[in-house]
Amino acid sequence: MKQETGRYEPYNYFQLMEVSLRELLVEKGIVTEDAIAGAMAVMRARGPERGAAMVARAWTDPAYKARLLENGSRAAEELGFEVPGLRLIVVENTPETHNAIVCTLCSCYPRILLGLPPEWYKSKPYRSRMVREPRKVLAEFGLKVPAKVQIRVHDSNADMRYMVLPMRPAGTGGWDEARLAGLVTRDCLIGVAVPTLPKIPKKPKPRKS
Amino acid sequence: MPDARYRAGDKVRVRKAAPLGHVRTPYYIRGHSGVVERVCGAFPNPEELAQQRDGLPAQPLYRVRFRQRDVWPGYRGSRDDVIELEIFQHWIEP
Repeated sequence: MKQETGRYEPYNYFQLMEVSLRELLVEKGIVTEDAIAGAMAVMRARGPERGAAMVARAWTDPAYKARLLENGSRAAEELGFEVPGLRLIVVENTPETHNAIVCTLCSCYPRILLGLPPEWYKSKPYRSRMVREPRKVLAEFGLKVPAKVQIRVHDSNADMRYMVLPMRPAGTGGWDEARLAGLVTRDCLIGVAVPTLPKIPKKPKPRKS
Repeated sequence: MPDARYRAGDKVRVRKAAPLGHVRTPYYIRGHSGVVERVCGAFPNPEELAQQRDGLPAQPLYRVRFRQRDVWPGYRGSRDDVIELEIFQHWIEP
């Protein structure tokens, strides 16, 4: 798995199990190598666009936002996204509350809406620290949450999956959904960042001569 | 399926136990008390599923909210900070 290092690394226990199982399934004709490669290509190509589109709709349509918070999976289907088996809970950031998602037991994540989780989301430091020192972890991501704002950490430890509905940034009045969706990154949907407007470079002040 | 014994707003306590196997109740929350935030529905018991059984009857699953200060000794953060987890009914103390 670590060919990119250019060094030979023997398979670890779980890699060996994965390869053995995969080869057995192919050998028995239950799946084909092509089908596996195809499914992986689809998974790798998916990004957070669907989640971002749901957020942008919620920002522009209060009735949709209410439905999104009521039943996230149904709200995804409403936008034409098929989410078989997904039980999505959408949690709303407000001026009083900031939400963040973690899976302490493994790496549960709404992949069908956000794409593959980033490596750090699956790392032990994130999984163990996000629950017990969320403010410190968020600060390391560059997000300082004021002390008066409550932090609500969601451990995605069983059958539900989670997505954060961030607050719409000021200064986006009149923007259409596509433009708004462009502000919503994967990290905003996990809750380790908030949407911000691109910084407009300041015009250099004319120098007094 | 067993009826959901608890409703949103009920105070509940997570069992403190250490059974072997595939358990979806993290160690750090066992023995702690919180408040039911919502009933998520009922799902096959993951501890049974992991043993290739059907996991039925499905167990009611609750989203439970805990105060961070109750969970972590010396928690550094706001008094109001909370953590939420999904707890199966059979992990809640009667």
